[in-house]
Amino acid sequence: MDMTTPLFEMREISIAFGGIKAVDHASVDLHAGEVVGLLGHNGAGKSTLIKILSGAYRADAGEIRVAGEPASIASPRDAKRYGIETIYQTLALADNVDAAANIFLGRELLTSWGTLDDSAMESETRKVMGRLNPHFRRFKEPVKALSGGQRQSVAIARAIYFNARVLIMDEPTAALGPAETRQVADLILELKKQGIGIFLISHDLHDVFDLADRVSVMKNGKVVGTAHVRDVTQDEVLGMIISGKCPPGAVAGPGALRG
Amino acid sequence: MTELAPAPAAPSQDVKTFADHLRAIEFDARMVGMIAALAVIWLGFNWLSGGAFLTPRNLWNLSVQTASVAVMACGMVLVIVTRNIDLSVGSMLGFVGMVVGLVQARLLPDLIGFEHPATWLISIATAVALGSLIGLFQGALIAYLAIPSFIVTLGGLLVWRGGAWWVTQGQTIAPMDSRFRPLGGGIEGAIGTSASWAIGLVICALIVAGIAFARRRRKRYGFALRPLWAELALAMLACGTVLGSVMIANAYALPAGIARRLTEAKGGTWPDGGLVIGHGLAVPVLLALTVGVAITFLTTRLRFGRYVFAIGGNPEAAQLSGVNTRKVLMLVYGLMGALVGIAACISTARLNAATNSAGQLDELYVIAAAVIGGTSLAGGVGTIAGAMLGALVMQSLQSGMVLIGVDTPLQNIVVGIVLVLAVWLDGLYRKRLG
Ligand SMILES: Nc1ncnc2c1ncn2[C@@H]1O[C@H](COP(=O)(O)OP(=O)(O)OP(=O)(O)O)[C@@H](O)[C@H]1O
Ligand SMILES: [Mg+2]
Repeated sequence: MDMTTPLFEMREISIAFGGIKAVDHASVDLHAGEVVGLLGHNGAGKSTLIKILSGAYRADAGEIRVAGEPASIASPRDAKRYGIETIYQTLALADNVDAAANIFLGRELLTSWGTLDDSAMESETRKVMGRLNPHFRRFKEPVKALSGGQRQSVAIARAIYFNARVLIMDEPTAALGPAETRQVADLILELKKQGIGIFLISHDLHDVFDLADRVSVMKNGKVVGTAHVRDVTQDEVLGMIISGKCPPGAVAGPGALRG
Repeated sequence: MTELAPAPAAPSQDVKTFADHLRAIEFDARMVGMIAALAVIWLGFNWLSGGAFLTPRNLWNLSVQTASVAVMACGMVLVIVTRNIDLSVGSMLGFVGMVVGLVQARLLPDLIGFEHPATWLISIATAVALGSLIGLFQGALIAYLAIPSFIVTLGGLLVWRGGAWWVTQGQTIAPMDSRFRPLGGGIEGAIGTSASWAIGLVICALIVAGIAFARRRRKRYGFALRPLWAELALAMLACGTVLGSVMIANAYALPAGIARRLTEAKGGTWPDGGLVIGHGLAVPVLLALTVGVAITFLTTRLRFGRYVFAIGGNPEAAQLSGVNTRKVLMLVYGLMGALVGIAACISTARLNAATNSAGQLDELYVIAAAVIGGTSLAGGVGTIAGAMLGALVMQSLQSGMVLIGVDTPLQNIVVGIVLVLAVWLDGLYRKRLG
């Protein structure tokens, strides 16, 4: 699988906020139908790195390649054009409008008169939410009125509705109950089968080992290393996260502990 | 002020509580609360003035006086929904009004002749274009240069008020074109009784059609429907309000001299006992209602409006969803400017003169109308119908106090207290909803 051209590739990406190098020469890649787990301690730079891919930030240096070709992603709109959908850690929902308005925000369904087709959007929303959270009923209420898990379901629904090629999930199950988490795990495997590439950021090593094909570990903005889950143990990955020590089964990155 | 908001789904369970019933008929507690407050104000002033408030004449004047602020309040709702403010509307109204006066009383007579049939149209077009340009310019400073809207429009408040003086070095321009004057109301701005009935009936037909159309859509998607009785009650209430308003406007009789002249001009004879000819609806009121319906449509049925609300709810989320938030914000200010242009025409026509002090303090009345009407200064929440009702509440207070002879300083004190009280009550209500 590693021999083919990756679907998406981020090379030597750097970005600094003020003096802080949030991401420092980080490289990750993702193949079609592959799940890559992105791990690291709080503030390691995971969210910042994927926000560059989703167009929320522009990198100071580095390049993004799509199917081997250099790609320019200057805005969230550009990213969506490349088929990149993102579930942000903050969920990025407009609290004052309902689930359908959030899911279709920026890509509203219109009637032949050019007006918003709220009925069609609600109907589609009922379908997609049915896959994620069958108990969800509050279609007409502003998402402010929803529970944390329900809000997360809305954010996930928005990302999977539009036939993504790459799905970025930044801690997608942090607020979900066990049943809903199971549902998202099944969903990830199903999407993977459809050939969608998934970046999965999570602090739950168990989940990542269950779902991911490879893991990349970040520390202080740098990539410690990347490994196939079958080549490393969970303890070794924990070591990478905590101390930056790269085990023999992993390919070391610029952030690996020397010596 | 038709209600175009999408219908919430009726709860599907069989056991229905009273609250479920209220939700099923789209009971809008805030709106009902405002109407109740308005009723209290009207009845109160009517009692205090010994029955002089609830007369066709007073209500007709009230509607005309509300028009200009109501038009601007529609735009202010959008501005405040995006978490911004516009303090410059009153000054802009003064400036645009002066330019309109200059164009129609000084420029156009030289170019195309005095009292030319196109003068009024050119005047309106000038006002709307100028207002939009000023609005877009201020909007660009706010959206693209990220200068806080409070500062930009505070600057605008000073700049355009100064500009209004500059246009003619402080001179007042009068009179206005005779085809332009109806925009301000007055006798020439009343459309007559039969036209009023016709318009009233057309509006009723549209209301019924709208309700039926919305019901059919929901049926097609298999969504829960409102009970038919609620649907019918709503339609009857709306049509009753419309036709009642027409009846009141028609009941306000023209002065006998003018009624006589009108009758004789039509070739009729003036009977000995005289004739009662009603005013009918006023042009500025129809204009304000048209603006209200148009902006309601924009906010609830078009993409643009959806973006405005999403930006107010979470600007970052809107941007991450691919909404061009800066452009939307600039256009909101452009729209605000266009509405100020319309309001400038209404108030210039009503005064039959352009003065550089026109619109003074209007920014505060407009903001107050929007806020009393339920627009949240925190952004993301507000309705056009609410803001127009808010404008009516403000104007009712003022007209009522004039009617019962309260002097100006006390009027201001009362209006100020009511504003604070209204926002406090609204906050309580919102908290209860969670
Ligand atoms: N917009 C910003 N402005 C300034 N600093 C930022 C910004 N975004 C991130 N940072 C900084 O960049 C570093 C990386 O943050 P990031 O959110 O990418 O971490 P993370 O790996 O996602 O952490 P977590 O597991 O807590 O979500 C942190 O030190 C953070 O303070
Ligand atoms: Mg993060």
